[in-house]
Amino acid sequence: MEEIVGLIEKNGLVFAFVVVGVVMWVSYQLSDRLSAGRVHGSAVAIILGLVLAWIGGRVTGGSSGLADMPLFAGIGIMGGSMLRDLAIVSTAYGVDMREIRKAGTAGVLSLIMGIVLSFVVGAVVAASFGYTDAVSMATIGGGAATYIVGPVTGTALGASSDVIALSVAAGLLKAVLVMIGTPFVAPVIGLNNPKSAMAYGGLMGTTSGVAGGLAATDKRLVPYGAMTATFYTGLGCLMGPSVIYLVLLQLTGG
Amino acid sequence: MIIYGVAALAACHLAGVILGDLLGAVLGVQSNVGGVGFAMLILVVLTDWMRRTGRLPKLTEQGVLFWSAMYIPIVVAMAAKQNVVAALAGGPVAIIAGVGATVVCVAMVPVIAGIGGREAPLPPLMPQEA
Repeated sequence: MEEIVGLIEKNGLVFAFVVVGVVMWVSYQLSDRLSAGRVHGSAVAIILGLVLAWIGGRVTGGSSGLADMPLFAGIGIMGGSMLRDLAIVSTAYGVDMREIRKAGTAGVLSLIMGIVLSFVVGAVVAASFGYTDAVSMATIGGGAATYIVGPVTGTALGASSDVIALSVAAGLLKAVLVMIGTPFVAPVIGLNNPKSAMAYGGLMGTTSGVAGGLAATDKRLVPYGAMTATFYTGLGCLMGPSVIYLVLLQLTGG
Repeated sequence: MIIYGVAALAACHLAGVILGDLLGAVLGVQSNVGGVGFAMLILVVLTDWMRRTGRLPKLTEQGVLFWSAMYIPIVVAMAAKQNVVAALAGGPVAIIAGVGATVVCVAMVPVIAGIGGREAPLPPLMPQEA
């Protein structure tokens, strides 16, 4: 038994293919049998993945979900940013450049709106819980943008570590919510064409959230949403510690 | 050969990520700015040129399409390695900030997508096509 476990650990990525294959099969069965295909199989698979991540995190106390269990370390490689980004890039194959040019203005606007609105919401929530200094407000606001913008902003401004931890938690929650929620809100917000997908990517910004959420909605929308989302974290890291912090400093009278 | 397609895809990925890192450095940000987005644009332009000049036979194309088909499984693996425990353990500030920002931004999608005229929805997807 131990030998088999050791062998599987040595072939981690290969085992991950098996595990994900099983998760996909179970998810499509659940989708067909329980929802008659109304909830997309890939949406079920992503939710199942998140549940496994929660179990993994509970068991190991680590930060990489299921991938922290040595047996499932291959999941970390398969779902890591390297292969994820390669797969995202590959979805652009066959994309219509005219669509991207047509939605260019909406895409740029969505990025600015998405970043500013997230910072505003995060900063207001922070202030209403007593974090009234500009540094904490900007950091938690950054977390409301993405779980990378928060700590980058906080580190640049010298925020305390508990505020940075809060910003990471806010950003992680947003990513999870976007992954699960996108297929359900898609019909309400008209998320069914390349242009709205570009607006969606720019407004939500979390690459993992948008990548997962659009996959569960309609795979053809992925490249358009990912295209704008990929600029979001960088722009957020640019605006957070500079423009947005300075505005917050003015508002708080610091 | 299939590897030509995979190699072209990988080269576009790397070129884009390098561009994104350079842009990040120029802007003075500790983050990659749009690397994957640039990679996607490069791939679209490159494969379009390859197709027009007859350098993109079916087999080469398969090298790109394989990764495209692996996209959803990879995203499922990505979901399985998220720090879900930390996401749920942030307390009220993190929860309200995270949920609030998500809801407000979702509500803006129809507004932004409506700029310059709304687009028609894509035709319905064949089942199992994904």
